[in-house]
Amino acid sequence: MEVFGLYNYWIVIVLMMTGFYVVISRGNLIKKIVGLNIFQTSMFILYISMGKVRGGTAPIIVEGLACPEGAVCYSNPLPHVLILTAIVVGVATTALGLALIVRIKEAYGTVEEDEIQSQEVET
Amino acid sequence: MLLSFLAVMALAILRLRNLLAVVMLSGIYSLLSAGLFVTLDAVDVAFTEAAVGGGIATLLMLATLALTTDEEKRPAERLRIAPLLVVLATGALLIYGTLDMPSYGDPQAPIHRHVAPRYIAEAQSETSVPNVVTAVLASYRGYDTMGELAVIFTAGIGVMLLLGRARKRRDD
Repeated sequence: MEVFGLYNYWIVIVLMMTGFYVVISRGNLIKKIVGLNIFQTSMFILYISMGKVRGGTAPIIVEGLACPEGAVCYSNPLPHVLILTAIVVGVATTALGLALIVRIKEAYGTVEEDEIQSQEVET
Repeated sequence: MLLSFLAVMALAILRLRNLLAVVMLSGIYSLLSAGLFVTLDAVDVAFTEAAVGGGIATLLMLATLALTTDEEKRPAERLRIAPLLVVLATGALLIYGTLDMPSYGDPQAPIHRHVAPRYIAEAQSETSVPNVVTAVLASYRGYDTMGELAVIFTAGIGVMLLLGRARKRRDD
């Protein structure tokens, strides 16, 4: 168990770095937004993994749940609350980014970063 | 297991150039992560992720593709090495950082020792909501949720301003 104790965090880092790589290496703006989404979801998994308690259950109080004295029976609800907020805010920012992309496409006729830059240099 | 699937999905998104396929894969990615949240006991988060991340975000991206383009150009070759180095260095640093993290599922981890036990013990008697996540979200941290609404409102106004103006100009 000890060897795999950090497995979740490592996968989270792999996902995070994949998203980061998409954002900084790809010129297509829509691809960048998808990369940001990957990054964001990896962050969610990081928080939720930290909230998990071995042998615990979802934090919904059940009357008469057999819970030994002093043991933790419910997973931590706080990361869940934070991430609920983060998901909704994330979609709001994604929507704003996509609206910007639509406007950029209308103004420049392309969503590729290098083409936009060369048009800027010309003018 | 699910986690490994997620990693595969992310790498596929990195490789693919057809943006429609990329958007579809990111929808599947959201759905997989929702499944993962269920196994991690975060049922509320799983609902939200499946509905909002898998549904609305995918829909918004498809709409954007319809308004723009669905094929990605090949990136310039010279751009490749520097980002890879940056990513590998950052990843190595972060992995080094995880070595101090408490083991997965450890009930003695510091995160479980602070305010969470109080919420779990008192939430039912103080708010009479059995779901602790809802109790914290809507009752204890109600102001945070109000701030969240302000963010969504601002984003909505921004989208309306950006796209509404564009439509008017096209009519001219």
